[in-house]
Amino acid sequence: MSPAHRSQRRARVLLALAVLVLAAALASLAFGSVSITFGSVLRAIIGHARDDSVRSIIWAFRLPKAATAALAGAALAVSGLLMQTLFRNPLAGPYVLGLSAGASLGVALVVLAAGGGWVGFASAASGWGDMAVAVAASLGAGLVLAMVLLAARRVSPLVLLILGVLFGYAAGALVTVLLQLAVAERVQAFVQWTFGSFGGVSTRELGLLATVVVAGLALAATTAKALDALAFGADTARSLGVNVPAVRTRALIATALLAGAVTAFCGPVGFLGVAVPHLARGLLGTGEHRWLLAGSALAGAAVALISDVVAQLPGHQGVLPLNAVTALIGAPVLAWVVLRRRGEEPWS
Amino acid sequence: MSAALRTHTRSLLRARGLVVGHARVRRRRTVIEDLDLSLRAGELVCLLGRNGSSKSTLLRTLTGLLPPLAGQVELQGRDLARCSPRQRARRLAAVGPAPAPIGPITVAETVALGRYPYTRWHGRLTPVDRRAVAAAMASVGIEALVQRRVETLSDGERQKTMVARALAQEAEILVLDEPTAFLDITARAELMLTLAALAARGRAVVASSHDLDLALRHAGILWLIDRGRLQVGAPRALLQDGSLERAFGAGVAPRADALA
Repeated sequence: MSPAHRSQRRARVLLALAVLVLAAALASLAFGSVSITFGSVLRAIIGHARDDSVRSIIWAFRLPKAATAALAGAALAVSGLLMQTLFRNPLAGPYVLGLSAGASLGVALVVLAAGGGWVGFASAASGWGDMAVAVAASLGAGLVLAMVLLAARRVSPLVLLILGVLFGYAAGALVTVLLQLAVAERVQAFVQWTFGSFGGVSTRELGLLATVVVAGLALAATTAKALDALAFGADTARSLGVNVPAVRTRALIATALLAGAVTAFCGPVGFLGVAVPHLARGLLGTGEHRWLLAGSALAGAAVALISDVVAQLPGHQGVLPLNAVTALIGAPVLAWVVLRRRGEEPWS
Repeated sequence: MSAALRTHTRSLLRARGLVVGHARVRRRRTVIEDLDLSLRAGELVCLLGRNGSSKSTLLRTLTGLLPPLAGQVELQGRDLARCSPRQRARRLAAVGPAPAPIGPITVAETVALGRYPYTRWHGRLTPVDRRAVAAAMASVGIEALVQRRVETLSDGERQKTMVARALAQEAEILVLDEPTAFLDITARAELMLTLAALAARGRAVVASSHDLDLALRHAGILWLIDRGRLQVGAPRALLQDGSLERAFGAGVAPRADALA
């Protein structure tokens, strides 16, 4: 296959993924506790809803949720790709540096340890309760980012990875202590947060999430060329003219923005960030990051939307925990990709 | 090349009072002291030394991957430490013991990475870049492998791909760390002939090796590291004055009259 054919095939894959994102978004708008026909969904979007309740369900609830899912999926997949290349590790993901551990600790401190000041977090399903959680998670993740950036100038990526894992354990231990000391309904609220959810993000919060995610994706895009070189190791990258510390810093900041923002608003959504980059590599058949970044963003958005649809398929009461669904969808996908590439070991 | 002509050839890479070693937080470990070196266009230099004689450390210092403990490396008259990464990469290409790439990458895409210091931020190739990539692949004879994935190549093919990647940088200086390691005897000879041909066309090439026979057969000049000192000389001269025997041990070096 000639290079031109390869590019055409990859462009077709990206187009197919984009169509899949739209289809999944439509499904996510149609399915829920009340099923709405695709026709009504489309009419509501273009402002010709025949039914006010349909319009308000779509605009106030489902559209923000679908947009959140798409943004979060794209953000997690892209930050996972950045981390996998930066650390040359197939199991790396958005959270390897301890971002989610930092966010959990922040949220645990607010939800579990805060005194009576918080008016029943569990009951405050909307309003300032959520915003406080988002702020706590951002502060926790931001603190971890600051430590990572400080450490990154002094230690090797491998040491950074080990420090991230160790920090995760330490933060997890503190959270366990807080859980032990907290009252039952707050424990329940915290555990609910760790399940992850694309719902409950208000339109105003969505604007903030979108801004941060778009900024993070743009920053990630500027590292694509250098990541191609870094895939061959830091020495090769440097000899090719890559300013390795600068690229590392940029990729770390992009990851923190992307994964930090998602964790703040949706909780620690797992698995997607590790699995989707492998899916993108398998579908696009390339290691070039300008393709992989676009492919991961689209595939991430599609997988997140599909997970969201599956989590509330009609026929059962309530909603499945998002993290359970992402793992149940993600694990077979990852297994398929890994087994298909058996015999080739590009990570060794 | 006669001695008289060589003195007129410009020096592409020069080391002055270079101290090579590792600087740790509390102590410095010097491996080669007070080094003066000059590398000229058209030379194929073999850096020889036993395992652990710090060949890689020297090459990493000469290519700017490791800062010198003292002294400086000059790249075409400019302090290497002050060159921007891009400027350096356009003048000096290095092939080291790189790990296998992550993700499915073809030979063509790998060689195209050599255009890194020339492409814009998005990394897309211009027609000029494509010609340089094609020429680089042709000069090591891997045109047939263009669409193969790097992880499916043999060691020899992979090494040639890495050399082609360095050639695509169109740098006048090519530095290779143990390029013949893991290669069989035929592939080794092929690679050395390729390097000799590149030098003959005006590049300056340095390749490290612990393979004495190979170096004696192909190199124009030897850099010999022996117990923290570096000697420079023609293969025959270092053989005749016993330097090679002192470095590698009695009976290891061939007799001087064995050289053609």
